[in-house]
Amino acid sequence: MRELWRKPFWPLVVLLLLNLALAPGFFAVRVQDGRLYGSVIDILHNGAPVALMALGMTLVIATRGIDLSVGAIVAIAGATTCAWIAASPDPTSPGAALEGIGIALGLSVALGAWNGFLVSVLGIQPIIATLVLMTAGRGLAQLITDGQIVTVNNPLFSDIAGGELLAVPLTVVVAAAVYALVALATRATALGTLVEAVGINPAASRLAGVRARVLIWTVYVFSALCAGVAGLMISSNINAADANRAGLWLELDAILAVVIGGTSLAGGRFSIVGTLFGALTIQTLNTTVLTLGIPPDVSLVFKAVVVIAVCLMQSPRTYELLAGRRRKRPPAAPPGEATPPEPRPVERPVERSTS
Amino acid sequence: MRWTTESTPRSTFRRRGVRLAAAAVLALTLAACGNGGADAGGGSAPADAGDSGGESIVMGFSQVGAESGWRTANTKSVQESAEEAGIELQFSDAQQKQENQIKAIRNFIQQQVDVIAFSPVVESGWDPVLQEAKRAGIPVILTDRAVDSADTSLYATFLGSDFIEEGKKAGQWLLEQPESSAGPVNIVELQGTTGSAPAIDRQEGFAEVIAANPNLKVVASQTGDFTRSGGKQVMEAFLKSNPDIDVLYAHNDDMGLGAIEAIEAAGKVPGQDIKIITVDAVKDGMQALADGKINYIVECNPLLGPQLMDLAKKVVAGEQIPPRVVTEETTFDQAAAKEALPTRQY
Repeated sequence: MRELWRKPFWPLVVLLLLNLALAPGFFAVRVQDGRLYGSVIDILHNGAPVALMALGMTLVIATRGIDLSVGAIVAIAGATTCAWIAASPDPTSPGAALEGIGIALGLSVALGAWNGFLVSVLGIQPIIATLVLMTAGRGLAQLITDGQIVTVNNPLFSDIAGGELLAVPLTVVVAAAVYALVALATRATALGTLVEAVGINPAASRLAGVRARVLIWTVYVFSALCAGVAGLMISSNINAADANRAGLWLELDAILAVVIGGTSLAGGRFSIVGTLFGALTIQTLNTTVLTLGIPPDVSLVFKAVVVIAVCLMQSPRTYELLAGRRRKRPPAAPPGEATPPEPRPVERPVERSTS
Repeated sequence: MRWTTESTPRSTFRRRGVRLAAAAVLALTLAACGNGGADAGGGSAPADAGDSGGESIVMGFSQVGAESGWRTANTKSVQESAEEAGIELQFSDAQQKQENQIKAIRNFIQQQVDVIAFSPVVESGWDPVLQEAKRAGIPVILTDRAVDSADTSLYATFLGSDFIEEGKKAGQWLLEQPESSAGPVNIVELQGTTGSAPAIDRQEGFAEVIAANPNLKVVASQTGDFTRSGGKQVMEAFLKSNPDIDVLYAHNDDMGLGAIEAIEAAGKVPGQDIKIITVDAVKDGMQALADGKINYIVECNPLLGPQLMDLAKKVVAGEQIPPRVVTEETTFDQAAAKEALPTRQY
């Protein structure tokens, strides 16, 4: 358990220390107009959508699946809500916002059900099944907004990203609440174990009486719902729906967050805390590039180096090498290398995720 | 090496699944790289559409796609002015794919249209199909984006914005402000998609002009990827790492609009505490300019239909046309925005 905690924890710590050393005032937090204000708050606020998507993705990946459609669902959720609000008789009323949000979340659930149907009932490979919606979904979003950026001016909708609860941004509160609920549901009940069982061996778990089909269906619906909420956050943050660009490639960020968090893409054991750290690491990396003023033409290389380093340190081979060397030396454990979450080194998620 | 016999069916299955996943993610990543540059750029402009009659000209037009409001306005302009000018338009949407565009151009050649116009999705790889058009004796007009072909005889002209000029106009306005001579001015810059022509040129033109005044200094410059979300996130970081920002220069309106939200969240007044210059002049940007949140917008006009039709008529009639036509563009300050806003179409 201690190793599981240590593993996804340290890249974030290193990045934060880097900022502490190089960017004075990085950790400064003050209250501005009744809302916490500072770089750390930015990380939490801007990281909330990807953190949510990664949470849904964790459960999907735990069942040995993958959901590539979450980025498109982000675009659809934002587009639906904004288009609905803009078309309603009174675009500033709370009613219009609530209806729009309701429709968007309902649509997200429906799209998740579609994914789940393709995977669990028709037995299509998850990567292909969700690829359908990944490509078609963005087209759908563009159809809804007519290819335009729909700007709305609705106080209630604006509050999703702009509001706060006790000075904490609402996005952070919502993401934290969902994480807590899922952690509770999967760890305090048998649900987590059942999901892992399905991921490790669907046939065996079905024979053991686990309702694999329902379970797989549910995780895709949940993943789409998380993406829908993330889409609302992203479009509320700019008070507009950008069907072309909202959520673009965020599915890869979500997968990367899961992988950094130590969940194997081969399914089975998963770590929710790890995913949270993975998502925060990605956002901290983005913010670090900006606060340190790394030039844009170098920033992708910088990000790549960090991600490769993180993945290398998590690779079972690297761990074996380090462990092998340590055996010869006195046991001074450097704070950072990781144990694989699974007993056998099934694979290295490195190559697939450094997007 | 007998690896087939050694692996159990199960492990083969797993490994294959993993490879498939790896291939798919790799493909997506590559697609991401390929797509990055192709957005939100573009330029263009209105002219008076000649309503001259005469024999009907057939024009084949291949559009990039419908990726932004700017592009939609561009398409509409081409379609409407073709109708006005009495030109029969064969319109084809390439959906961001070069092969679709090449196919469309070959179709146009087969149909023996009088003139072909297109906005290339990417810069390279056009020589063979343009050669075919040349052999068929059909003139080609490039709109909005250029091709990197060394043989300029392959196309009649290139109609599009001068992005460097846009950057210069933005710098010029700043140079003329009284604050610029009073003391040091700290500028932050929101660049477009890294490596895209509008981002490179708008940065270059701006830097060239402000070099004339040593008071003007760009203290931070990052890419906001031409999006509102990008503009907002980058501006949030700028505000924290640079306490004294006087001016924001954004390579398009959308990034500027995102930055306005970040500035407001920091308790500052956009347009006053921080002066904002942007490029594009889309409707939302013009609204913000009229509201006093933006100070100056350099137009990048998508309405190049009338100019295109004019050029098409000339080239079909065998008249000489210049190899490079810059679209007609203007600039807006807050007063001009209030005037232009009610009739703004895009």
